[in-house]
Amino acid sequence: MSQKEWPLWEVFIRSKQGLDHKHVGSLHAADAEMAIQNARDVYTRRLEGVSIWVVESKHVHASNPDDSAAFYEPANDKIYRHPTFYQVPDSIKHM
Amino acid sequence: MTDSPMPTQATPAPTPETQANLFAFVLQLADTSLILAHRLSEWCGHGPILEQDLAMANIALDLLGEARSYYQYAAELEGKGRTEDDLAYLRSAVEYRNPLLVEQPNGDFAGTIVRQFIYDCFHYHLLLQLQSGPDAQLAAIAEKSVKEAAYHIKWSAEWVIRLGDGTEESRRRVEKAIENLWRYSGELTTPSATEKALQAAGFVPDYAAIQQQIDAHVTRVFEEATLPVPQGVFMQKGGKDGRHSEHLGYLLAELQYLQRTYPGLQW
Amino acid sequence: METLELTQEEQFQARIDADVRIEPKDWMPDAYRKTLIRQISQHAHSELVGMLPEGNWITRAPSLKRKSILLAKVQDEAGHGLYLYSAAETLGASRDQMLADLHSGKAKYSSIFNYPTLSWADMGCVGWLVDGAAILNQVPLCRTSYGPYARAMVRVCKEESFHQRQGFEIMQTLCEGSPEQKAMAQEGLNRWWWPTLMMFGPKDSESPNTEQSMKWRIKRFTNDELRQKFVDMMVPQAEFLGLTVPDPNLKWNEAKQGYDFGDVDWEEFWNVVKGNGMCNQERLQARVQAHEEGAWVREAALAHAEKRKQREAALVAA
Repeated sequence: MSQKEWPLWEVFIRSKQGLDHKHVGSLHAADAEMAIQNARDVYTRRLEGVSIWVVESKHVHASNPDDSAAFYEPANDKIYRHPTFYQVPDSIKHM
Repeated sequence: MTDSPMPTQATPAPTPETQANLFAFVLQLADTSLILAHRLSEWCGHGPILEQDLAMANIALDLLGEARSYYQYAAELEGKGRTEDDLAYLRSAVEYRNPLLVEQPNGDFAGTIVRQFIYDCFHYHLLLQLQSGPDAQLAAIAEKSVKEAAYHIKWSAEWVIRLGDGTEESRRRVEKAIENLWRYSGELTTPSATEKALQAAGFVPDYAAIQQQIDAHVTRVFEEATLPVPQGVFMQKGGKDGRHSEHLGYLLAELQYLQRTYPGLQW
Repeated sequence: METLELTQEEQFQARIDADVRIEPKDWMPDAYRKTLIRQISQHAHSELVGMLPEGNWITRAPSLKRKSILLAKVQDEAGHGLYLYSAAETLGASRDQMLADLHSGKAKYSSIFNYPTLSWADMGCVGWLVDGAAILNQVPLCRTSYGPYARAMVRVCKEESFHQRQGFEIMQTLCEGSPEQKAMAQEGLNRWWWPTLMMFGPKDSESPNTEQSMKWRIKRFTNDELRQKFVDMMVPQAEFLGLTVPDPNLKWNEAKQGYDFGDVDWEEFWNVVKGNGMCNQERLQARVQAHEEGAWVREAALAHAEKRKQREAALVAA
C-alpha cells in the first residue's frame, strides 16, 4: 500500500472534425503517452472520437463556485451583447 | 464470389495448387490471430490495472475480428460449405497451424508483453506487405488489420520499454520472459512449405526482407528499453506444420468445449 | 456558526429540489459526500467484480461471434467501473483507497456476482436478467443530483442496453434450439431468478437509508418499487421465450395492474451479503490477486516515467 498511485488525467475528446474537444471523464496513467492510449481504449470504444487531449488533473485550475456571483452575474444584464437585443426593420434581410 | 475472383490482369489465375496453399495460409493466419486473442482474453478481469485490462481486451477483440475475417475467407476459398466456426471449433490441435509463440501461456504481465511484442513486430510488417499483395480479399483484410496492428505494436513496444527501463524487478521479469520466449520468434519468419510455394507464386512476401524490418524495430525498442537483443538462440519450430507444444491441446479443449459436447447446434 | 451551516444546507437542498445538479467544487453536506462515495464506489466495485462471472465463459464461448460479443461486453464493464471510479474521485476519494476498501471487505459490491456461472445459459441470464435489473436501477440515476455521477450513468446506460439485448438473444437462441438447449435455458432461469430479485436490496421497511437518499435524489425509486417494475417487465419476456418463472405464487393482479409474486428468501440474501455466498471468497481473492500481482507493473511504469522526466529535465538544463 506504500505504493504511489498512477496520476489522474482529465480526458477531452473531439467527437468529429469541426467540434470542440469536450471533457468526458478521467483515468489513471503513468505518463502522457499512456494516458492518450488509455483514453483511446476507455473513451472511444464506440467511435466516439477523432482527437484526444489529456491533461494531468493537478494542472487543471478551476474557478471557485463561491465566486459565481462575481464571475457570471454581471453578464446577466449585458443583454446588448446578444443579437436579439437589436431591432432590425423587417425589410432588411440577411442580418 | 463474383465471376472474376482474381482482380488483376497482371497475375494469372491461381493454379489449384496455389488455391490450396492460399487456403492453408489464410487458415494459418486465422489460427494465429484466434489463439493469441484467446490467450489475451484470459487476462480479462485480471489485469494489473483497470486501464490495461481494457487495452488488452481491445487488442484481443481486434485479433478476434481479424481471425474471423480470415476464417470466413478460408471457408470461401475451400468451398466445401464449412463455416468460420467449423474451422475454429472442429479442428484438432494437429490440424491447427499457428506458430508456437502465440499458444504459449500468458505467464506474468512481462511474459504477455514480450510474446505480444514479438508477434506484433512480425504481424505489423507482414500486413504492411500483404495489403498490396495480388489477392484482393487478403489485401483488404490486411489493409484493415494493419491499422490495428500499428496500434498493438505501439502499445507493446512502450511496455517493453517501461518494463526494461523501469524497476529492478520489472527488468528481471522482462529478461526472464525474453529468455523464455525468444526461441519462438524464429518460426514466424521461417517459411513453411506452404509459405514457400506462395512466395514463389508472389502471394506471400519475402520473409528475409520482413526479418530485416523486424530486426530494426526490435533493436530500436530494446535499445530504448536498455535490453540486450538475444543472440544465437536456438529456434523452436513446428506449429505451422501442426506440431505444437502441449499447451495448445488444453487451450482448444476449453475453446471447443461446447461445440464438441453438443455437435451441430446453433448458439 | 450553526445558523450559517443550516442556511448552507437549506440552500443545498433547495438546489436539489429545483433539479439543479451539484458539481464537484460546490458546497455539499459531509453526509451527502460520504453517502455518494459509498454508493458510487460500491457501484464501481460491482462492475469490476461483475467482470469475473462472465469472464469465466469468454474462453468457452460457443462461437466466434459469441466470443467477440462476450469479450466486448465484459470489457464494457471494465469501462463502466472506470467511469464510476472517476466520478467518485471527483468527490475526493482515491481509487487506491476505494480498492483497498474493496479488498479488505469493508466496501460492498452487488451480491449477484457471488453466484457461480455454471452453463452457457448463464451468459444469457446474466445479460437478460441481471443487466435488465441493473438498467432499472441505473436509468433513474442518469438524473441523479450529482453531476459527474449522472454523466457517468448516461454513458453506462447507453452501453448497457446492448448488454441486455445480447443476453436475451442468447436465451432466445437456446429456447429455439434443441431440447438440451431449452433445458439449459430453463435451468439457468431457475437459478438466476431469485438472486436477481434480491439485487434491488432489502424490503423498503428494512432499508433505512432510502428516505434520505431519495431526498438528495441520489436514489429515485424505492427497492420495492423497482422490484415490482422488474417482475412486471420480465414475466412477459419469459413467457415469450416459453420459459417458466420459478415462482408458484406468481399471479397477475388485475386490480394493481401488476404481478403478485412470492417472497424472496431473505435469509439467503443476508447470508450472501455477509460473505457466505458460493463465490464471495473466490471473487474477492481474484481481485486481490490481480491487484497484488499487478503492483510491480504499476511501479515499473511510474519508475520509468520518473526516469524519463529526469532525463528530459537534464537535457533542458544542459
